[in-house]
This record gives sequence, C-alpha cells and structure tokens, in this order.
Amino acid sequence: MNHDSYPEKLIREILRKSRTIAMVGASTNWNRPSYFAMKYLQTKGYHVIPVNPRSAGEEIMGVAVVASLKYISESIDIVDIFRNSEAAGPVSDEAIEVGAKVVWMQLGVRNDEAAARAEAAGLTVIMNRCPKIEYARLSGEIGWMGINTGVISSKRRLKI
Amino acid sequence: MSDDSAKDKDPDPKFGFETLAVHAGAAPDPVTGSRAIPIHQTTSFVFDDAEHAASLFNLQVFGNIYTRLTNPTVAVLEQRMAGLENGRGALCASSGHAAQLLVFHVLMEAGDHFVSAQQLYGGSLTQFSQSFKKMGWDSTTVDARDPENFRAALQPNTKAIFIENLANPGGIVIHMQAVADIAHEAGIPLIVDSTLATPFLNQPFEWGADIIVHSLTKFLGGHGNSLGGVLVDSGKFDWAQGGKFPTLTEPQPSYHGLRFYETFGDMAFSIAARVLSLRDLGPALSPQNAFYILTGIETLPLRMERQCANAFEVATFLEAHPKVEWVSYAGLKSSPYYDLGQKYLPKGAGAVLTFGVKGGFDAGVKIVENVDLFSHLANIGDTRSLILHPASTTHRQLSEEAATAAGAAPDVIRLSVGIETVDDLKRDLDQALAQV
Repeated sequence: MNHDSYPEKLIREILRKSRTIAMVGASTNWNRPSYFAMKYLQTKGYHVIPVNPRSAGEEIMGVAVVASLKYISESIDIVDIFRNSEAAGPVSDEAIEVGAKVVWMQLGVRNDEAAARAEAAGLTVIMNRCPKIEYARLSGEIGWMGINTGVISSKRRLKI
Repeated sequence: MSDDSAKDKDPDPKFGFETLAVHAGAAPDPVTGSRAIPIHQTTSFVFDDAEHAASLFNLQVFGNIYTRLTNPTVAVLEQRMAGLENGRGALCASSGHAAQLLVFHVLMEAGDHFVSAQQLYGGSLTQFSQSFKKMGWDSTTVDARDPENFRAALQPNTKAIFIENLANPGGIVIHMQAVADIAHEAGIPLIVDSTLATPFLNQPFEWGADIIVHSLTKFLGGHGNSLGGVLVDSGKFDWAQGGKFPTLTEPQPSYHGLRFYETFGDMAFSIAARVLSLRDLGPALSPQNAFYILTGIETLPLRMERQCANAFEVATFLEAHPKVEWVSYAGLKSSPYYDLGQKYLPKGAGAVLTFGVKGGFDAGVKIVENVDLFSHLANIGDTRSLILHPASTTHRQLSEEAATAAGAAPDVIRLSVGIETVDDLKRDLDQALAQV
C-alpha cells in the first residue's frame, strides 16, 4: 500500500469503525502533544488506553496506564504510536501479536519494514498522521482555526 | 467505464481554482442546512461545562471561545484563502496592515531586523519605517529589481524578507524565486504581499514563498465595501533551524510552557499568530466583513479575467496617446517586466497600472479632477475603475526621492481598472487628457 498519501475514505472508515485506541507513549504531562491527542479523542467518544511502562499504574484523565499492549484485555481497534520511527517497529509487532486491527504511527513517525510486517498479518497501517488532526480535519473542526481541511463537499456533515 | 479505469481514478481529486473560489471552507450548515454562509454575529460562544472551557483555553480541543480569537464565519474565509493559496492555514485580520503586524509579531523580537523591497505600497513602507521601528523592529529597504540586493542587506539578526510579487504602484514584477532562494539560504522565511496579483494570477507558494499576506479589501473582496486582511502559511518552513524564532520553538508562558512548533507542527505559525498575536494585539475581522469578502471571492476568477483584459486595453490605448509620456504595465511588450510577467503572471499582469502624464505634478492633479467615470479615491481592486495621483495622496508622507523609488514620482497617475465597458473607460480618460 502507498504510504505517502491516504484516500480520505480510508481514514474516515477507520475513524468511524474504531472505538478502542491504545496510545503507546502517552504522557502524564498535561502539556505534551500525546496528552492533547488523548484528551481530544476522549471527547469524541473513543476509549483511549494509555500505554507507557514508565507511568504504569498511574492514571491519565481517569484511565489507568498500562506497561504494554499485552496487558490490555479488551480488543484493540487502533494502536496509536507516539514513539520514534525505530521504536515503532517492535510496538507494531506487538500490535500484531495482540490482534489489533490498525497500526497508526503519529506525525513524523514512519517505519516501512514494520508496516510491511503488519500488513502481511492483515492489519491496516497508517503512518505519519495524527488521528486527532485527521478527525478534526474530516469533521471540519480544524477549519475553525483557519486550517485548510482540503474537504470540498455540498453535503451537510453532522459528524465525520 | 470499465472497473479498471474506475480503480485508477484518484479517490481525492484536486479541485480547480474556480471551484475552490466558490466552495473552499464552506459546507452547508450542519445543524440548519443553510447553503449560504451563516453570519455568526456574536462575540462569544457557550461552553458545554467547565472542563470543556478548560480544554478550549488549553488548545487541547477545537472550538470557539470569543470572536477575537475565532469566529465560524471568519473561519470560512480563512479556509477559503488557505485553499486558494494551497497553504496549510490562514488567519484573518481587520486589514492588510493588521495582517502584516501579526506576521511580524510572531517572527520578531525587539532588536530584530528584516529586509524589505523598496518597491512596496507606500503604507507598508511607512508602517515598517515608523510604527515597526517604534516597537524595536528594524528594517532595511533595498531595490528589489536585483535580488542580490537582499543578500547584501542580511544581518545576523535578520528574521525575514518581505516583498510584493507585483509591486504597487509601479507595475514591477519581482523575481520571487531568486529572492526565496536567498531567504532560504539564510534560514529565514520569504513573506510575499500578493494583494495585486491575487491567488488567481500568481500563487507565491509555488515560487518559494513561506508566508503570504493579502489586503482582502482589494481584488479579493472586490467591491470596495469591506476592509480585511489575511496571512496564509505554507506550513513548509522549518521553524526549528537556527533557533531564530523563539515564539514558535520555546515554551510559551501564557500557555503553561507549550511549544507551538512541537505541538502543532506545520500548523504552528498560523495557530501562534492567532492565539498569541491576534489574542494580544486584537485586530480581529468582523464576521459581517468576512461575509461580504467571501461573497466577493466567489467571482474573483471572473472579475480578474475581465479586469486584466480591460487593463491591457486601457494600457495599450494610453501608450499610443500623445499626452502620455510613458505607461508602466507588465502586460505591455514595452515593459521591462514583460518577461518576468509572463513567467509569474501568465494569466494577466493585473488590473493596476501607472502612466506618466506630460506636464508633471500639476497635470496629474488635473487628470484626477477631470475624470467622470473613474473614481478619484485611494483604493484599488474595486469593480469600479479608480484613479489616483500617488504623489499628492498615498505617497505624500514619503520624501520625493523615496516616493519616486516606490514608483510614485510627481507625474505618476495610478489606475485600478474595473469591470465596466472598456470603451467607456478609454473615452473618460481621453476627455480628461484633452483638458490638460
């Protein structure tokens, strides 16, 4: 699959169908980008489970932080990776092991080898994108800040 | 159509300029289904609860707080401009001057410096040399006809280069690509005022610009009824290089130590300009003006085509007129900027031109007083044709030397050609010239 650009429809479908997001590299610091993304996705109704071995046992926005994906008992729709491109490799492999549906690497994070392994195992892979920004773009909310959504449509949109 | 060709189709096609001019940023209202853009004439927006308010103030969720920061009607205009310029984000301001102030407020600290073209709108030259100077923002103006002049004026504390791609009032086309290269070699952004060109004639991001400013008051609004300005960010400049832009890379105390570039990436410039500069300086655009300007933008391509065609015909007529010394319009083959015009403005050289009337300052004053159809006023980009004698009006705050350098010598008459019947325009100029 081409990872330089993604069809709008694919991103929409992933965000529409998903409910549980494991956020690897979530920070307990409320002023970090991962915290911003988690907060936003929570307000949009996603069940976001923070994953970070250094903060395991603590809570972020009322949700217990787990040390690794394998400690999550429920089924995971998206593994959202807030780690560097190299570290994204083993996280992506772990996502395959736990049966996640989508591996989603954050803005600036891209690991094509890991993506190929995940796709071979039947997962969908999105790289170098932020689910918060994509949700806000497709819902039009990001346009309230003057950001170019690129969406042109004569349809009335109630949600993404 | 076979299945194969359907599969090959781009699922997200790029829309054409005319389509974007009508649609970008404007979807039917999700609640009411309104097809025209609702005018959100409100100062403030309710919070769902205290937690929602906190998240909004912390910039963790998107939403509206107060019209000085964001307004849904103004946001449609911002998205439309970002769409037309193919930029990442945009921010509106109450005028073009205010948009320039916001751009520099993000980039500059007191004691910093920028280099600008001397071929600029006279009001910009005054803004830079007087009011910006009072804030400790130093600048050097250089003759932009030779891009190397910008390189020669760079200092260690230089934070930007500022040009107009089509300079007002001289009809001068600047070699933007060469200036952009010089800026990028120095690790600083190129800011382009594209008011006269509009995104219909030239798209500065394609030629290396990093930030675009417009006076929306002119061709974009197009009907002479509303002031407005906008900045558009390409989202491509690396603000972390060289540590030159602390507002974008260092922790911001008013957001509890948030670093804008790290948090917002390619949206950092336009968001910082909004939530730091517009928040504190306050020149927000009114939603009513945004609505008028948006209505104008829908017909921008049609108006620009007609206005460029009319301007070319008026320029050709004046060039052959015995009482006219010279005509400066990049669309004329006689213009020293004809070749650059073909490169940067292939669809037309704009609708603003200048000419020199025989008889100097006094003859210039006579012409503007004797026209009947052209309106004597200090604006450009209206549907109506406009006329001005810069030396006695817009550029009178400048010395004669500086005014001449800016293209406003004593004999210069500036026209902004409208969408009227071109024969009527030529007849009006002819009778005014006959009285000189």
